[in-house]
Amino acid sequence: MIVELGHFALILAAVTALVQAVVPLIGAHKRWPGWMSVAEPAAGLQFLLTAFSFAALTYAFITSDFSVRLVTSNSHTLKPMLYKISGVWGNHEGSMLLWVLILTLFGACLAWFGGNLPPSLRARALAVQAAVGLAFFGFVLFTSNPFLRIGVPPFNGSGLNPLLQDPGLALHPPFLYLGYVGLSMAFSFAIAALIEGRVDAAWARWVRPWTLAAWIFLTIGIALGSWWAYYELGWGGFWFWDPVENASFMPWLLAAALVHSAIVVEKRESLKSWTILLAILAFGFSLIGTFIVRSGVITSVHAFANDPERGIFILGILAFFTGGGLTLFAARASAMEAKGVFGIISRESALVLNNIILAVSCFVVFIGTIWPLVSEIFFVRKLSVGAPFFNMAFTPFMVMLGAVLPIGAMLSWKRAKLTKVIWPLMPALGLAILIGALAWTFQTQRTILGPVGLMLGAWLFFGALTDVVHRTGRGAVGLRYTRLTRMPRADWGKTTAHAGFGITILSISGLMAWEIEDIRVAYKGQPYLVGEYELTLEDVREVPGPNYMSTMGDVRVRKDGKNVTTLHPEKRIFPVSGMPTTEAGIDYRLMRDVYVVVGEAQVDGGFTVRTYIKPLTNWIWIGCGLMSLGGLLSLSDRRYRVAAGARKKPTNGVPAE
Amino acid sequence: MKMRALALIIALFGSTAWAVQPDEILGDADLEARAREISKDLRCLVCRNESIDESNAELARDLRILVRERLVDGDSNDAVIDFVVDRYGEYVLLRPKTGGSNVVLWAAGPLAFLFALIIAGTYVRRRSRVLPPVEKELSEAEQSRLDKILRE
Repeated sequence: MIVELGHFALILAAVTALVQAVVPLIGAHKRWPGWMSVAEPAAGLQFLLTAFSFAALTYAFITSDFSVRLVTSNSHTLKPMLYKISGVWGNHEGSMLLWVLILTLFGACLAWFGGNLPPSLRARALAVQAAVGLAFFGFVLFTSNPFLRIGVPPFNGSGLNPLLQDPGLALHPPFLYLGYVGLSMAFSFAIAALIEGRVDAAWARWVRPWTLAAWIFLTIGIALGSWWAYYELGWGGFWFWDPVENASFMPWLLAAALVHSAIVVEKRESLKSWTILLAILAFGFSLIGTFIVRSGVITSVHAFANDPERGIFILGILAFFTGGGLTLFAARASAMEAKGVFGIISRESALVLNNIILAVSCFVVFIGTIWPLVSEIFFVRKLSVGAPFFNMAFTPFMVMLGAVLPIGAMLSWKRAKLTKVIWPLMPALGLAILIGALAWTFQTQRTILGPVGLMLGAWLFFGALTDVVHRTGRGAVGLRYTRLTRMPRADWGKTTAHAGFGITILSISGLMAWEIEDIRVAYKGQPYLVGEYELTLEDVREVPGPNYMSTMGDVRVRKDGKNVTTLHPEKRIFPVSGMPTTEAGIDYRLMRDVYVVVGEAQVDGGFTVRTYIKPLTNWIWIGCGLMSLGGLLSLSDRRYRVAAGARKKPTNGVPAE
Repeated sequence: MKMRALALIIALFGSTAWAVQPDEILGDADLEARAREISKDLRCLVCRNESIDESNAELARDLRILVRERLVDGDSNDAVIDFVVDRYGEYVLLRPKTGGSNVVLWAAGPLAFLFALIIAGTYVRRRSRVLPPVEKELSEAEQSRLDKILRE
């Protein structure tokens, strides 16, 4: 019964979305306040209905209601509660329901907290948001209904893919969707602004927080996914340039560009039409990502239940919204009048360069991702594009970005002098070169990657610090300290995020340059050396888990004759699905990880053991964390709280123009 | 007893071998390093987007051994790759060749970058030359809205 109610609520939500997509749009056009004000209650109602629908599905999963087909095929009574709940979005239908839930949540937030927006802009943005929602409601209801029953319910379900039974991966999709769908807000605002024919600083002040929030969520989501891959897949890779990873990375790159270009619109009223275009493209790329993941046109390690019919539906949504948005853009962009004037050397120009690099690197990822498809269709060449291509074609752009970032970040608005910025940055550059040179002399293998990457990362990190110090100006220490404490949160956010970017670059290159790998057959009690570490496989035991059997190794790690730790790498077998998973034994440390995986038992009683010494690895995710933290700091800046948080009394939908 | 149960589990489920196996590794460290290098550029044909270096599939293991055999026989890296491509087609290459239509793939990034630089360059030059626009008076509607906001 509850399941049917959930289904019904979803249909009602779709009808509400239809009303919300049409009525306020007409209202805004005709300047009818009553029609415009339909948008807010409709957005709230849409969210509540979808939330109820989602709760109903969750209830079916928690109570293991095997008369629901989705529960049967994705759950099992023996599964721990956390994974019964995460099983709701661990499959195609449920994850699409989560997608629309988040979409309506963002719409409702706009309705609830958008009190001081111009009424017509708010009505139009909500209408566009509802139109996107309507398309996805249609998708869920017509092609991916999660509420279907089966006639004869089985006694138990067939379980969730064991790889997905992991806390990191339980949280990975919701964060990613918050990011993907968060970009729909930027899209809705962009379309609304195009219809209004007006983009100003206030518009940018409204769009930037949403984009920033979406970008933070994407950063966390991607970092969670890559961390999961690191500890779960058994050889410590963290990024594979797989099409589905690229699908999340492309919107991330464009959202990063958008976050920066919106600053220019907000502070200097320039780059307006480009920012609008970016907003459309960023959401377009999150739709492309959805298409890649759900349609199966491009082979990927991320297997979802693929279905051509679904693919075509999403392609339709993609074509309608991106195509429609771009057409509207072509027709109306000339109405966006730029105001700000700036010199060739200025913060504005630096941000233009930032946008170029981010957009082009996104384009490189895009071309590499779809090239196998294009090549097969147009040139009849069946080929693959893998990690080696992306490493070669993408990395130069990131190096370029890293090289110019500290300089650009310190240039002043309007008109700047390069010399004024270069001198204060000299110590940072000197330190970076010193670190690079140190790395060069200390390393055993003579690769250029490590020293150069370390230098670039250090340059970014110290460049960000220099920026902060420079902003305190001259004078007594006390005075400078006071200035430092009064620095706006947005500037702290910028520094933190840029430093985080530096740390991520530094650690990725350190890891790639100096990783040590050892593959051997290890025998119980016989120690062996990997780098400076002495490892001993002491025992291999069988340990039962809640819904799996584990083969667990005890590996003692010693260094210089002292015990470091004992690791317990596992191989888990899930009888329900018959699938094995590896759980690496990892000793996390600041400077390096020791990573051990136990594999096959050999005929002679030994075991295959893989050992990796992975330098600086954790800093990859610390860097991502700092980037997200930087975004959060910027999001909490006073100017957004004043603009967004200060709701006096709700304006009663009276058009002000 | 324990061991027997373990062996049973392994026999039932343990058919997967994890990537490079100890028995595949060549004694000559230089050759082995070259083999790893080559393996990272070759795709496992039965997998979804994995190199033979990472893959657990039987076929990937066969290919890894094949690559090592060719290297031991004295082939150069390119010769080994050509040998594999001759048998399995261009599809095995994770780093696509630069020839033919693939020029588009390889040149797309740099060309797009140049193109964007030129466009942005002209835009920035234009912005640096225009005079600051005269601030327009607020329209009546804007003025009334401003007054309203100020009153609040």
